[in-house]
Amino acid sequence: MITVENLTKRYGIATVVDAVSMAIPRNAISVIVGTSGSGKSTLLRMINRLVEPSSGRVLIDGADTRSEPAHLLRRRIGYVIQGHGLFPHRTVAENIATVPRLLGWEDARIRARVEELLQVFQLDPAKYADAFPHQLSGGQQQRVGVARALAAEPAVLLMDEPFGALDPIIRAKAQEDLLDIQRRFGTTIVLVTHDMDEAFRLGSHVAVMSVGKLLQFDRPAALLRHPADDFVARMTGASDRAMKLLSLMTAGEAALPGVCDGPTVAASASLRDVLSELLWSGRGAAMVMGEDGIARGHLTVAAILERARP
Amino acid sequence: MKISTSAVLRLVALLVLVAFLVSPQSFAPLFAPLTQYGAPPIYDQGNLAVLTLAQLATVCVAAAASTLVAVSLGILVTRPAGKQFLPLSRTLVNIGQTFPPVAVLAVTVPLVGFGEKPTLIALFAYGLLPIFENTITGLKTCPPQVLEAAAGMGMSAGQRLRSVELPLAMPLILEGIRLSLVINVGTATIGSTVAAKGLGEVIIAGLLSNNTAFVLQGGLVTGLIAVLLYDALAALERRVCRSVQFD
Repeated sequence: MITVENLTKRYGIATVVDAVSMAIPRNAISVIVGTSGSGKSTLLRMINRLVEPSSGRVLIDGADTRSEPAHLLRRRIGYVIQGHGLFPHRTVAENIATVPRLLGWEDARIRARVEELLQVFQLDPAKYADAFPHQLSGGQQQRVGVARALAAEPAVLLMDEPFGALDPIIRAKAQEDLLDIQRRFGTTIVLVTHDMDEAFRLGSHVAVMSVGKLLQFDRPAALLRHPADDFVARMTGASDRAMKLLSLMTAGEAALPGVCDGPTVAASASLRDVLSELLWSGRGAAMVMGEDGIARGHLTVAAILERARP
Repeated sequence: MKISTSAVLRLVALLVLVAFLVSPQSFAPLFAPLTQYGAPPIYDQGNLAVLTLAQLATVCVAAAASTLVAVSLGILVTRPAGKQFLPLSRTLVNIGQTFPPVAVLAVTVPLVGFGEKPTLIALFAYGLLPIFENTITGLKTCPPQVLEAAAGMGMSAGQRLRSVELPLAMPLILEGIRLSLVINVGTATIGSTVAAKGLGEVIIAGLLSNNTAFVLQGGLVTGLIAVLLYDALAALERRVCRSVQFD
């Protein structure tokens, strides 16, 4: 768990981050959203002390981050930035091995870890280990950036607009991959973005920031149902909040017992997708099927609409 | 394997140079038409190969010193702590470049005496600027995301400099060294006015005795060395840069 206490950053007379306190849960993805200039990146960068706070403190699992030199702290915290920041003069394998080398791991252990990560990120080691970053596509570079941040098995991963430079299709894939990675390694992830859809898609908790202040930090559904103020309501998208709410629930969670005569949808599909499918096909109900091929029940349009209310 | 015309030209130039330095007398018929009243067509007051090597040695020692000082200074003024020294360093280095090497000789001879020393000082001062400026440009143009990532990974300031900034700046630094070396190969000939060993001796002897053949020999050998050195260093740079790709 990361505890942020009264964290403030001032540059001259400008207060960029203003007395922010939050308890970031362990083993989950927390997303910080805000417009540009909201101080979200500065807040993130104070966690690994790339920016030193003016006042307040950050505790990781109870230990103050200032209790050790900043560069040693950062070796325990993964960090991914927009535009990946890969070292252009080093191969993919060398890039991934950066932090393990700094930590003095043995060569055999580093090799094994690099190989494992390349596999996890669907990059064939034989083909890509010795390639240079400029030889990769944008999506591959981004994956190597995340692999490099995870190389030393950090418990915490900080990501600053990690998918901002990717086109929509690759971005969606990268978001899927991140959810998988989080489930696989159980990493505590703090991600900064200005894209509310991305925040809702990835975050188990979402923080909304504006001009240095933390307005609300809660589960996505709570943000939609009970926005703390007008700004949060506008950020979360007042016009389509019903649809957003539906996108947060899966068909499996909402399925009603019984059977019906209709198309089959996957239990992992969001209610928004199921509703869209039903509207498109002009049917009134659908069967919900688990990945194991066992029916979970059925869903009617009326039942879905019921779920879209606050 | 395809060999380019320019590579062939360079090889021929190198072979001609080596042949001339090993056996200058074989080239006597070529230079004879340039002499008058039966003057010797080939420089005969010293060994051309020895003079050439002496000049190269002077240039290399001066370049090594310039590199050491200019790169260290470039690193210093691009650190946060050394930023305030940038204007001062730039002024000093500029003076080194704008003060004519001949004037440096005139000033330093009374201090350190005749011989190699004043030449080394003049060349050292003259060669600082390109290396200094290129080092600064190389270090300042490192992609900011790469530096941010390096810091975020937990590299200390020294580690960032050694394993990220300097390797990325290396192509530009090498280019600066190459410029400095090539300029100084030519400039070094003036060292002969203060009794430093070098090809300037041949040129001066030619001017004094009105022997165009001597002047041409000193000039041509110096010029060929400068061109070949430039190409050789450029090839070396390309090897180093192959792995340093900016995207």
